[in-house]
Amino acid sequence: MAQNRVKDNRAWIGVLPVLLIVAFSGVIPLMTVVNYSVQDILDFNTRFFVGLEWYRETLDDPRFVDAFLRQIGFSAAVLIVEIPLGIIVARGMPTDGLRASLLLVLLATPLLIPWNVVGAIWQIYARPDIGLLGVTLNELGIAFNYTSEPLHAWLTLLAMDIWHWTSLVALLAFAGLTSVPAACYQAAELDGASKWQVFRFVELPRLKGVLVIAVLLRLMDSFMIYTEPFVLTGGGPGNTTTFLSQYLATMAVGQFDLGPAAAFSIIYFLFILLFSWLFYTSVMRDEDRS
Amino acid sequence: MNWMAWTAPTGLFFAVIASALLFLILLELKRPTAVAKGWLPMATTRGDRFFVSLLGAAFIHLFWLSLTDWPVLYASGLAMLWLVAVMAKG
Repeated sequence: MAQNRVKDNRAWIGVLPVLLIVAFSGVIPLMTVVNYSVQDILDFNTRFFVGLEWYRETLDDPRFVDAFLRQIGFSAAVLIVEIPLGIIVARGMPTDGLRASLLLVLLATPLLIPWNVVGAIWQIYARPDIGLLGVTLNELGIAFNYTSEPLHAWLTLLAMDIWHWTSLVALLAFAGLTSVPAACYQAAELDGASKWQVFRFVELPRLKGVLVIAVLLRLMDSFMIYTEPFVLTGGGPGNTTTFLSQYLATMAVGQFDLGPAAAFSIIYFLFILLFSWLFYTSVMRDEDRS
Repeated sequence: MNWMAWTAPTGLFFAVIASALLFLILLELKRPTAVAKGWLPMATTRGDRFFVSLLGAAFIHLFWLSLTDWPVLYASGLAMLWLVAVMAKG
């Protein structure tokens, strides 16, 4: 018993550097943001305590509420399209050989492109005057213009995100599918299972782990999206594609309203924490049941 | 520490959370937690319930600020009730 205790203590010492790094890079900055969020900061040495006033102001701000609803809509649309599409792509891929390797490299390519470059590519690609997509659609008789039509701006943004990130879901799903033993497929075939039944009862349960990671990554990333819409639409037309992070950046960097921006950040952080926790807990609860 | 822009209320807030975490660590050493199922929809450990309490308390305050003009101390009282309910029977 005494020996076990010594072992446990050594393990804690091993974890200590991680705790220090997390404290230095995460906890202390977060505490600072909380401190900022309850003060009116005029300059480095002049600040006044205002309590929870910035929180009240942020929650009552219609621009915040609109950006929040837009953000939820965007994340939901991204997940609804990218997760099934990623699974379909992964299921269609060969499992080994040169073709599989080539396809994996091809799939990984969009993930290697810097986010602002993705925004720039799509900005040019979708332009109605010179862009391949924009000009083609207009030639086909569709009056496509993402700089003036909110719906077109949204569709372009969604298409860009799907183009950029479906690969990630596909790669994760592919990794999950390769771990399904061939014996399971043979057993399903002997039982006369349909394609859908093979997917539902053989593949999906084994994909659950990687899909949880995929959904969490895409949920958090899409909820924090900044660079691509900033480059592609700049939040327009009007404010129709202004998401939370863009509005936050306007407050914090553009107007240098550190107090309100800090309160905004904390609210933003709490919602991401809540969504991620709810999602993770509900999936893991099902896991425990099954 | 000046760059962290400390105020007395936020200092107290973090001190309370740090004390609670320290207390939970000591309690864990003395009486290790067991996964238990209370009125929350999933089985939880003591640490899980503490996390749910804090997250819930934060949202009680946010909803209070968003929906009412009453003093926020009432929300803090409600959050304390929530904390007791989750920690004791959650």
